[in-house]
Amino acid sequence: MRINYNFAFFDESSKREIRRAILKAIAIPGYQVPFASREMPIARGWGTGGLQLTLSLVGKEDILKVMDQGSDESVNAVNIKKLITKTTGIKVTHDTGEASIIQSRHRIPEIPLQEGQILVLQVPLPEPLRYYEPSEYETKKLHAEQEYSGAWLMLFEQIMNYGNMATGADHPVMVHGRYVMAPSPIPRFDNPKLNRSKALILFGAGREKKVYALPPYTQVVSLAFDDYPFEVESFHNKCCRLCGATGVYLDEFIDEGTGATGATTYQCNDMGFCLHNLNQKSR
Amino acid sequence: MGYVAVKGGTIAIEESIKRLTYERLKQGKVIDVDRIEAGMRCLIDQVMSESSLYSESLAATAIKQAEGNPEEAVFLMRAYRSTLPRKHYSRIVRSEDMVVERRISACFKDIPGGQILGAAFDYTQRLLDFELNEETDEDAIIWLHEYALESGAENDHTVLDGLPKVLDYLREEGLLAACEDNDTEPDDVTKESIQFPTSRSQRLQILTRGQTGAVTSLGYAALRSYGALHPTVGELRIGNLPVYVDNPFTEENEDENAYYIGAIKVTEVESLFPVCKQMKHGEKEIEFGIGYGICYGQNETKAIAMSILDHCLETGNPEYPTHNEEFVLLHIDSVESTGFISHLKLPHYVTFQSELDSVRKSKKGGKSKERESVEEPRHEN
Repeated sequence: MRINYNFAFFDESSKREIRRAILKAIAIPGYQVPFASREMPIARGWGTGGLQLTLSLVGKEDILKVMDQGSDESVNAVNIKKLITKTTGIKVTHDTGEASIIQSRHRIPEIPLQEGQILVLQVPLPEPLRYYEPSEYETKKLHAEQEYSGAWLMLFEQIMNYGNMATGADHPVMVHGRYVMAPSPIPRFDNPKLNRSKALILFGAGREKKVYALPPYTQVVSLAFDDYPFEVESFHNKCCRLCGATGVYLDEFIDEGTGATGATTYQCNDMGFCLHNLNQKSR
Repeated sequence: MGYVAVKGGTIAIEESIKRLTYERLKQGKVIDVDRIEAGMRCLIDQVMSESSLYSESLAATAIKQAEGNPEEAVFLMRAYRSTLPRKHYSRIVRSEDMVVERRISACFKDIPGGQILGAAFDYTQRLLDFELNEETDEDAIIWLHEYALESGAENDHTVLDGLPKVLDYLREEGLLAACEDNDTEPDDVTKESIQFPTSRSQRLQILTRGQTGAVTSLGYAALRSYGALHPTVGELRIGNLPVYVDNPFTEENEDENAYYIGAIKVTEVESLFPVCKQMKHGEKEIEFGIGYGICYGQNETKAIAMSILDHCLETGNPEYPTHNEEFVLLHIDSVESTGFISHLKLPHYVTFQSELDSVRKSKKGGKSKERESVEEPRHEN
């Protein structure tokens, strides 16, 4: 028994169903729309939410970029790209500017996104209130009633305990003055890029079966207090060891080349961006 | 360093996949899919049940590809299932119509229609049978021939379909409250994600496709201590259920116009739980509550555990996690739980870097605060 898969893996009615959920998500920015998340040929928790959105949107003319934690060549990014190209035959790229759809896990590319582009973010835990309320039934009510004191209290308690807000990635944001939203664990460094983004940003949580969206130019504010403002990760006085870029999100490396000292060096996390810089220089 | 420096991930992955194929083939032997289908009946049943996809041949292929790992086989089947359009819904399947192969009741010694032991591991001594190492196809043929002669299956006219339900007997006796048919269209959890509180049809669907081990463990927890429910298995039956679909081209569908498309083998369990019923004037009465379990193939432990959990979720006692529908239903799916746990193997260096930043910041700025918090309790003492 040999079977050929449909274009973009899904049957057409499944794609339409997912697109309907996406449209609803765009109509209510920051609201988590439940959808009938399918099982995918990659594992739950490995980007099935983002993958389903991408597959439902992708057309023959699209150019796709997939990155995982900033890298186009990371195991999972390669795997996802392989599945999409295997079932669609579309073109893939490392170049952020060239891509029409960018699927990413936990990073927003350093090169600013443009109108007409779609950024699809993979989301493990879409519920920003889950930290203090385990029940889905309850968090749904809290969102409906715009009851977000728990989220503020969480940050307040961090300030009390640790002297500052101690969120890592996934610092909660307020969308369009209405919904508190989990930004998919992108680092805090990327939170400001969500605000008034020129590109459409979609969030897909496959295992948790939720889609949410930020239509272009939506106001997105990271939760913070007047006396304790929101702060991004600090890379002060540090630059990429390869391309020399500053003001970007950097990965930390223990440099084995320096011998026993094992000095810490830094490198652009966004590899597409770093390669772009290196190519520019060599020209 | 991480999994990739700048580039080179693609080649590494190709090699890893080759290595996987090597592991499957390194002894220079392959297992035939039809031999899996013939000899791995219980694993196939388990995989079909957890996949929500009834096909022995697809399950056998999945088991071969997964090298016998059930979670991987279920994953393959579920992913394939996602590509299948839903063209028809069957007519309602009634378990009274089952062609029974095995049927037992723990309630009564003798039940209308009789206890039928059928095939079960329950009555074997679990001694490893080393003779199986020498077993050949010829041995199987000879055994089958002898068995046919001995059992005289051709002269056996026992009626095995339309057997009465044990619970109906209790209803006739007035020991079990009669329940009305609920003919509302069931929700389909694969077409629409569940919202809480759930409907019973949603609960039963999630339970029946739950990972066998997870359903068993939670059922056991409810049985042992969290609620300490001790049900009696009213009836456990295993057999084939005929499945019919309506003629899609005619408006009105009579029974005789429906098409028979095959049969599915299921395990069905109806358990009885003593429950306390509040009567007038503070009086109390004990009556029976029901738990229902059903799953593809022969998987008796799972079906019984499902019946326990069904009852737990119906009563919804807030004291116990096993009675909490979010706790049970959101954590027993094989593909979801194994997927999310295995995702921890993915690189997390962006999120970890972000955490590092917070930890370093709190180490720098938190010193004075730490001292305060240590001193405070001393003052109180």
